[in-house]
Amino acid sequence: MQNQKLAKQLMKKSKTARYERFGHLLSLSALLLIMAIVLGIIVFVASKGLATFFKDGVSVKDFFTGTLWNPGTKTPAGHQAVGALPMIVGSFLVTILAALLSTPFAIGTAVYMTEISPKRGAKILQPVTELLVGIPSVVYGFIGLSVVVPFVRNTFGGSGFGILSGTFVLFVMILPTIVSMTVDSLRGVPQFYRQASLALGATKWQTIWKVVLRAATPGILTAVVFGMARAFGEALAVQMVIGNAALMPQNLTSPASTLTSVLTAGMGNTVMGSLQNDALWSLALVLLVMSLFFNLLVHMIGRKGAFKK
Amino acid sequence: MNRTQKQSRFAIACLKAVAGFVVLILAFLIGYIFITGLPNVSWHFLTSPAKAFNAGGGIGIQLFNSFYLLLLAMLISLPIALGAAIYLNEYAQDNWFTSTIKTSIEILSSLPSVVVGLFGFLLFVVQFNYGFSIISGALTLTIFNLPLLTRNIEDSLSNVSDDQRQGGLGLGLSKYETIIHIVVPASLPGIISGIILCSGRVFGEAAALIYTAGQSAPALNFGDWNPFNIDSPLSPLRPAETLAVHIWKINSEGIMPDLTQVSSGSAAVLVLAILIFNLSARYIGRKVFERMTSVK
Repeated sequence: MQNQKLAKQLMKKSKTARYERFGHLLSLSALLLIMAIVLGIIVFVASKGLATFFKDGVSVKDFFTGTLWNPGTKTPAGHQAVGALPMIVGSFLVTILAALLSTPFAIGTAVYMTEISPKRGAKILQPVTELLVGIPSVVYGFIGLSVVVPFVRNTFGGSGFGILSGTFVLFVMILPTIVSMTVDSLRGVPQFYRQASLALGATKWQTIWKVVLRAATPGILTAVVFGMARAFGEALAVQMVIGNAALMPQNLTSPASTLTSVLTAGMGNTVMGSLQNDALWSLALVLLVMSLFFNLLVHMIGRKGAFKK
Repeated sequence: MNRTQKQSRFAIACLKAVAGFVVLILAFLIGYIFITGLPNVSWHFLTSPAKAFNAGGGIGIQLFNSFYLLLLAMLISLPIALGAAIYLNEYAQDNWFTSTIKTSIEILSSLPSVVVGLFGFLLFVVQFNYGFSIISGALTLTIFNLPLLTRNIEDSLSNVSDDQRQGGLGLGLSKYETIIHIVVPASLPGIISGIILCSGRVFGEAAALIYTAGQSAPALNFGDWNPFNIDSPLSPLRPAETLAVHIWKINSEGIMPDLTQVSSGSAAVLVLAILIFNLSARYIGRKVFERMTSVK
């Protein structure tokens, strides 16, 4: 009798062990919740976005190559007018132009911060990049509207709204992202690389250009991809300055649109389940897929260029 | 001086110019925001409701909504992020499951905020039928906030030295007790800084809120604090335009005559709030650390 009781007590989990199990499961369930959210986002947006093709019978080719965007009406050829090409071109144009403009400035700043004047870099430029990251996108949009658009209008003509203004705004927005990640990758270059190069008689610039930047290339590429991902997904700041005309951009100063700008401007004016609405979800799906693609790209660069010590 | 030395000098001068240019950009941005904005900010501007057609409107309700949404979003996301960070840093083994989870958190953090907003619209506004409301907005902001907050907390947990964990385990505490009673308190300064930094980001977010918390700010009765009344400031089911959404909204379709003044004033208030968040994050984290460890 006594033994049985004792055995039962010993076989049972102690209070602490139960508490441990409870805590383990609690933290695991928080993590699983986050994972469920990610899956949920992908499934929801995909199912809504694919409805355009399956339910409303729009052909994928029309969607990606058509240039007439006016869902609910027909093109002269008799297809549904859901050609998303103008928005896709707009999104890629502003993203690539902003990255091209931003990268040299970002690398220059990062090199200054790590190689030329680390002290001043930490004291002035570090807080500067942190502050630039912190400024909300609507504020960038507002400044774009009140400074960049008039500047472009007076300098290059046209209405001032367009790809060029979007590029300028995005240039400033992705600059800090690229700078801070480039700084990290430059700091990851071992100090003896620099010492070896200088000992061989290379000048400071030769060391930076031929050794440090080469060694940090994968990290810099990752930084640029991250900047592009941010530019591609940026909605309000771009929407405020790009003019929101779903037309193929004729030149850099003609009003255009991006995937995000059409989404933010249009979602409120359509009825759930209608073709107009489904077509917008397809744009959201393109955005989502591009964001996944940028992620994949970062992973690939990371795997290929991991620093071998 | 030979050719390569001249080249080096020239290149370094160029780099200095580039760095200087970036500083100038920030100086211009901050200067522009505050010089055009701050003269429009007054007590009246900060407390009175917005006017759609006449001049002289304020941002009182929007400002309140921003803080209320921030508070709710943080209250919801903090326990989830803390749990997830604890698992990732303390329990997770190095296997496919952990790397899948890490990848999905990365994906979530790089999703455009407008996609997160649309998901919130689909799930909370339409599916759960919450409508354009505080609660939809707060839940969407939670999704927006989770990946970054989780990463911040994970970083500060991993900064706690393993001696502390071994001490706890050596005294006979279970792993979870060690985490809750030793590791989390030890990383509190980092966690608090992380929370404040994330607050700054959430405070300025607009794209995720346009289709979840709505674009209208109905009049509130600030004498009624019963959350079940629809015009009470605490009601979770009322639409709530935040300050960031307000700036976007009036610049896109506003027709009040003092549009520029209102938007520059709002932008100044928004940036000022975020500056305070960022500066206080460092200060408060350091103060908490000093208070806890009495290390100066």
